[in-house]
Amino acid sequence: MNASHDYQRVYVWQQPVRWFHWINALAIITLGVTGWLITHPPALMNSGEAWTSFWFGKVRFVHFTSGYVLLANFLVRIYWSFAGNKYASWRNFLPLTKAQVREIWQVLKVDIMQSSDKAVHALGHNAVAYFTYAATGLLTVFQVGTGFALMAPTSQSWIPRLFTWVTPLFGSEGTVRTFHYAGMWLFVIFTFIHVYLVFYHDYVEGHGVMSSIIGGWKFMEKHKIAAQEATGISGLPTKSRQTGSRPKV
Amino acid sequence: MSLELETLPKEQTIYDQVIARGVSRREFLGFCAWIGACIGVQGAGVDQVVKALETKKRIPVIWLHFQECTCCSESFLRSSHPIVADILLDKISLDYTETLMAASGHQAEQSLQDVIAKYKGEYLLCIEGSVPLAEDGVYCCIGGKSAKSIAEEVAEHAKAIIAWGNCACSGCVQAAKPNPTQAMPIKKVIAGKPIINVQGCPPIAEVMAGVLVHLLAFDAIPELDNLGRPKAFYSRRVHDTCYRRPNFDAGLFVESFDDENARKGYCLYKVGCKGPTTYNSCGTIRWNGGVSFPIQSGHPCIGCSEENFWDKGPFYERLPNFPGFGVEATADTLGKVALGAAAVGVAAHAVMTNFRKRNEIGEQTGENAEKAEKADTAVTDDHSI
Repeated sequence: MNASHDYQRVYVWQQPVRWFHWINALAIITLGVTGWLITHPPALMNSGEAWTSFWFGKVRFVHFTSGYVLLANFLVRIYWSFAGNKYASWRNFLPLTKAQVREIWQVLKVDIMQSSDKAVHALGHNAVAYFTYAATGLLTVFQVGTGFALMAPTSQSWIPRLFTWVTPLFGSEGTVRTFHYAGMWLFVIFTFIHVYLVFYHDYVEGHGVMSSIIGGWKFMEKHKIAAQEATGISGLPTKSRQTGSRPKV
Repeated sequence: MSLELETLPKEQTIYDQVIARGVSRREFLGFCAWIGACIGVQGAGVDQVVKALETKKRIPVIWLHFQECTCCSESFLRSSHPIVADILLDKISLDYTETLMAASGHQAEQSLQDVIAKYKGEYLLCIEGSVPLAEDGVYCCIGGKSAKSIAEEVAEHAKAIIAWGNCACSGCVQAAKPNPTQAMPIKKVIAGKPIINVQGCPPIAEVMAGVLVHLLAFDAIPELDNLGRPKAFYSRRVHDTCYRRPNFDAGLFVESFDDENARKGYCLYKVGCKGPTTYNSCGTIRWNGGVSFPIQSGHPCIGCSEENFWDKGPFYERLPNFPGFGVEATADTLGKVALGAAAVGVAAHAVMTNFRKRNEIGEQTGENAEKAEKADTAVTDDHSI
């Protein structure tokens, strides 16, 4: 009956991106829970001798191991931002073009303030989302840096020792701990808003954003895809990668 | 550089002086082995310590007191080993120290000038206390001179500087916020001289003695960490050398100071122990001749060998106040407020969505397809991207 319901199925999130997302989510949840326990150990045991238990040691072990997983996973994602498809490209994450900046304002007006009806239909993420994930990436770097710096003095491994220079920047290990812990709160708040917005987009736009992070496919009306390709935002045309320039809007 | 001082022909070696005071050679060797173990030298190195104390002349020492409480001196005087106080305090010869010298007034100040002139480039400068810089340093004056000018004057010809205690190393309580006198650690006042930061409030007596013996025996600055503390004593955390550590790993914690767990000697982590971020020898050398240390006595470590430990409080809470917020707020307080704000925002947004986006939502369900399409086209006409 009308073109608006002529959907097309687009493979947006490649396997490495999806694996990254879920490993990252699992690592952050594990790190958050164990980190919380390390800061606020519950009074699980009020009797007994120390040799009968090692639960707090285990919590710390899981925390440290998950830290390594977070770092390794993050490095793979950085590699994939150069090797992956246009939706995974590093270019999307940095709002360096006017089009991206303009889309950021438009998304804020449409989705957050809801003062505009001119919806932004992004095949990848919208510009605000990409930018937020770049900030989350910075937060990851911060948590990895402070976390390994705290681990370095008692570690035999060279990886934590790469971060020994971090502690002097903060003055003392105690301060590094405080900021490392505060970083967890930023992840909590991010996760909360992130999950809400996924529900929001899935509900309002109906492009299958929720299932896309499992299967990789999104569904969008063809005319919206055409408009999207024309603007070139969040989903760079293949050409631009060859020429190294962003299409003018 | 040699410590042989031709200017002092009659000066005895430390060994001579100790023997003259009735210490046997056996006791002397025992002391050398003990202090050698303290400063972390190998068996072969003890020989070097013996030889140094036997052959080297005393080191001239100027020991200055600025903004401090003299607890470093007190700690040193209470060293468990009699030879420490004997040879290292009497016999390293405190040529000038306000609290222990016999001379006073102009004579005292004259003796300071004499030592500087006599042992140019050879004397060791020990400083206890911080230096106030506010109001041209009027908050600490000795003999009409500000602490800053004295420190600069004496440091100029010193061989090396030992900063005793947290005051001299990082300013301690007088440098805590808001630091009304602008109290500064020695490292911020004097440049161009090797400074050994012997941290703690006060430092452990054996650590102080060990640093002096190291300087005497090896004629070199001991290996220092990034805060200028001798690694021999400050490379390990109190937490990692704590005898209560197995309780930490097992998750056995003191919940409050008067509970059963405190009586059993569980880990003090939850009542604010700063052992996990404090580098010191309390867990190994301990205090008062190895009798005890704060944690052994049931009190959490307050982190007195770390910079600005007064501002890292509260002492009895696990989570410190978050820096930059005047009111007492931990990361948890801030996090909960932010999360609460996010929840309110999200709830409001969700409600708003169901009103303002009903056309678009309807488009999905097909209920308002035509309406939505009209809206979509209308908007496309209005806006040109």
